[in-house]
Amino acid sequence: MPFKRYVEIGRIALVNYGKDYGKLVVIVDVIDQNRALVDAPDMVRGQMNFKRLTLTDIKIDIKRVPNKKTLIAAMEAADVKNKWENSSWGRKLIVQKKRASLNDFDRFKVMLAKIKKAGVVRQELAKLKKETA
Amino acid sequence: MAPQQRKPHVCRNPDLIRGVGKYSRSKMYHKRGLWAIKAKNGGAFPKHEKKAAAAAPAEKPPKFYPADDVKKPLVNKRKARPTKLRASITPGTVLIILAGRFKGKRVVFLKQLTSGLLLVTGPFKINGVPLRRVNQSYVIVTSTKVDVSAVNVEKFDDKYFGKKVEKKKKKGEGEFFEAEKEEKNVLPQDKKDDQKSVDAALIQSIEAVPDLKSYLGARFSLKAGMKPHELVF
Repeated sequence: MPFKRYVEIGRIALVNYGKDYGKLVVIVDVIDQNRALVDAPDMVRGQMNFKRLTLTDIKIDIKRVPNKKTLIAAMEAADVKNKWENSSWGRKLIVQKKRASLNDFDRFKVMLAKIKKAGVVRQELAKLKKETA
Repeated sequence: MAPQQRKPHVCRNPDLIRGVGKYSRSKMYHKRGLWAIKAKNGGAFPKHEKKAAAAAPAEKPPKFYPADDVKKPLVNKRKARPTKLRASITPGTVLIILAGRFKGKRVVFLKQLTSGLLLVTGPFKINGVPLRRVNQSYVIVTSTKVDVSAVNVEKFDDKYFGKKVEKKKKKGEGEFFEAEKEEKNVLPQDKKDDQKSVDAALIQSIEAVPDLKSYLGARFSLKAGMKPHELVF
């Protein structure tokens, strides 16, 4: 039961409350027991309570409080975006966002696709059952 | 306006604070150049001649004075105009009807009539909704659009949908009731032809989009887990 994800400089975290909800940010410094200095390529560097952050597995190699240019370069080097989008957590979030933005027509098309897929699966199952029977 | 565009004049007497101007009355008199206008006019400010008042026809005293004071109704300057159409509703938008015998049906919007109601059609062949008027409040607007450029809806207005006034027949007993019942429910052939002509072009553009025909044929319903305030239409 030891901890695997630590608060450290360079840890990528997901904001889970507040104005920047859903964003990936980098912890660039620790202010005190409760707060971290946090930065992201598209936001002004600022403090955030740890309670607003959820740590991820991704870590980048930076020194304490780098400037924006260095930060962006480090993020590119570690390929944060792709790592996140290919992780199961990141993929789940992308699917959730897509589902929430579906149009009424899109939902109808999804329903048709589900029915079709279920039909194909059922046919295959019936074939397999026949073989073993 | 004259062809030369004049530069809009900056305020001659700017406010120091609200209600207090920078310049006094005498200074403003000088700034406006009233002294120059007077000088040009020989010492007095130029005056217009008063227009000769048109002689009002002599009013006769009224013949009748009401016993108690009669109240005048209040002035009402409101103009009747059709309901403001939501910006998301454009010709060709798919709407979901929420009330009435066609509740849940997905339907194509054609135009807004002068009464404010929306003219809408199924198309009839796809979901059984004829050319019909629908109130904007009883409708969910989806973001799906159908191409309606080939459809002509000029001839439809509120009168087309009004109840037809029947000529009163002289009452004859006995035959009276049977004859009435037979005539009632037949839809006139010209309305059927109108429906067909509007739908013909529409159905072509609908069949161009995959699955759209079955979409319009299906009814909308809320299922488990659907939260209307979170759904994107």
